[in-house]
Amino acid sequence: MMGTTPGPPRARGAGETPATPTTEALTAMTLPDEAPARADVADLRHPATWVVVPLYQEASVIGQVVSRVQERFANVVCVDDGSRDASAQAAAEAGAVVVRHCLNLGQGAALQTGFDYALRDPGMRSVVTFDADGQHRVEDAAEMVARLEREDLDVVFGSRFLDRRTRVDPLRRVVLRTAVAFTNRTTGVRLTDAHNGLRVLSRRAAQTVSLRHNRMAHASEIVAQVGRSDLRWAEHPVEILYTDYSRSKGQSLLNSVNILVETLLG
Amino acid sequence: MLGIQVLLITAVLVTGALLVRSTAGDRHQAVRRLLLALLVVLAIASILAPAVVTAVARAVGVGRGTDLLLYCLVIAFLGFVVSSYRKSRLLEAQVTALVRRLALDEAVPPVAARSGPPRREDGGDGPGAARRA
Repeated sequence: MMGTTPGPPRARGAGETPATPTTEALTAMTLPDEAPARADVADLRHPATWVVVPLYQEASVIGQVVSRVQERFANVVCVDDGSRDASAQAAAEAGAVVVRHCLNLGQGAALQTGFDYALRDPGMRSVVTFDADGQHRVEDAAEMVARLEREDLDVVFGSRFLDRRTRVDPLRRVVLRTAVAFTNRTTGVRLTDAHNGLRVLSRRAAQTVSLRHNRMAHASEIVAQVGRSDLRWAEHPVEILYTDYSRSKGQSLLNSVNILVETLLG
Repeated sequence: MLGIQVLLITAVLVTGALLVRSTAGDRHQAVRRLLLALLVVLAIASILAPAVVTAVARAVGVGRGTDLLLYCLVIAFLGFVVSSYRKSRLLEAQVTALVRRLALDEAVPPVAARSGPPRREDGGDGPGAARRA
């Protein structure tokens, strides 16, 4: 149940491979058990991975988020999307590389800039997308990178609906489920969670994806492009930490109207 | 000639001229300009002879000339909305490419960033200074 992708695309994803982790394997899986098996991962902080954090007006939390990410990932790039507060400075002080958009373009544009940046590193093997508001767990990201490597996948999508760790309030659940139904229908990729900011992309996936929707429709766009390609993908259970802060910053439900319009009018 | 007719014709001509001049051209553009010229002629005709518009409206089954004008206006407006949406998307894509290029060119390259000096250095004058090779 846990860690597998339901539906026909499993054939392309990792679901069918014997390496599919069981529930116990997933929960017990920690880096010290995992990483030393690979000779090229001497440094446990994923030297071949770039964590891309799209950043806009998050000065109060970004420093903390970057510090937490850096416990497990050495390479963190924050794409500051024209913030007017001290976000960029806070991120740099915490040790992240900061790439600055001089204008606010939107989260999709920031992600694409992050991919482009990571692709300039010839040693990069994978990219993690991670939200700046602290709603993702770094441990989930590390597990997803390990899974990408282990099962030779191109994309691992985080999903908050694969296990019961994340409590989603009823209204949000309805909206997210509708979004998933819409994305599944239009993209042919069957996911359980359409708008989760935590993903891992292999180098090949980062090269393949080309986000044109600057604003919020990029989540469906990534899924659609993965669906059209021959990239191997899987979903991985993650927990979303709904704090008061992330709730206050998070997408308002009305924003799903924007996403729908952007997706339809292309 | 009535004062209002002079005023309206002038307004239509000025608007038409502005629209023709402000757009950048290719083959597509020429068609739009021809349509625009037609619109100008029709507008002037309807101002000079309102009865003709009413007659046309009756012929196509619409009650009054004003109603016919309103319908045409709605259609034209929707066309405008769509084309301006497309244009702004194109512009947005260009701005995005420009901003992205600028951002990447200004940033510390990833290879330098990963092999750079140890992070959390308190020396230097500012967070960026330590990593700016």
